Amino acid sequence: MSIKVRYFASLKERVGHADAELLLPEPLSASQIWQRLNPDLAMPEGVLVAVNMEYAGLDTLVKDNDELAFFPPVTGG
Amino acid sequence: MSISLTSQAFDPWQSLAEYQAQQLAGKYGATAVFVGTMRDFNQGDGVVGMTLEHYPGMTEKQLASIVEQANQQWALLDILLIHRIGDVVPDDSLVLVAAWSAHRGDAFDACRFIMEALKKQAPFWKKERLASGEVRWVESNSNGYQQ
Repeated sequence: MSIKVRYFASLKERVGHADAELLLPEPLSASQIWQRLNPDLAMPEGVLVAVNMEYAGLDTLVKDNDELAFFPPVTGG
Repeated sequence: MSISLTSQAFDPWQSLAEYQAQQLAGKYGATAVFVGTMRDFNQGDGVVGMTLEHYPGMTEKQLASIVEQANQQWALLDILLIHRIGDVVPDDSLVLVAAWSAHRGDAFDACRFIMEALKKQAPFWKKERLASGEVRWVESNSNGYQQ
């Protein structure tokens, strides 16, 4: 299973990169994927999650070829 | 309906007049407009510039979904939404939302709804460059009122 992971804004800077690819033997939740990719960085409070460009929960199971995104609260307008 | 992101400075009043003349002449009785403009201060600090980051694809998708919700909820004739991305300076227009309807209630309510939903859901992030030279991310949107 291949997952594309993206980070935006301040979170991209904290993590140190914008994108990551992850190969998994079985589906994991968004929060499990965060832990796997960032074992030394607790997820900051208020982080938002999107799967395939739709808002999702931290417990959403991410599937093969999904695009998972983590980002801070939005500040547009 | 028109939704666009632009990395170029735009004049919201010109965009509004052109869109209205092309699409809507004679059809509407009410127009509600919101324009958001970049300030030269925030949280007590002078701000000299800002970068608006977005999530290409998801931002457009969220804006389309918000506009669609407004269309379902109110009797609207048209909606124009323009949002700036990239580097901006004080006095630049950041966002234009215009809603046209036959009667005022639909236009007023839809315009407010779209702006509030955009503030909460549309993936944009502001990074400010302060007069002091410091650079910082805006951490959250306000509730829209002077605190």
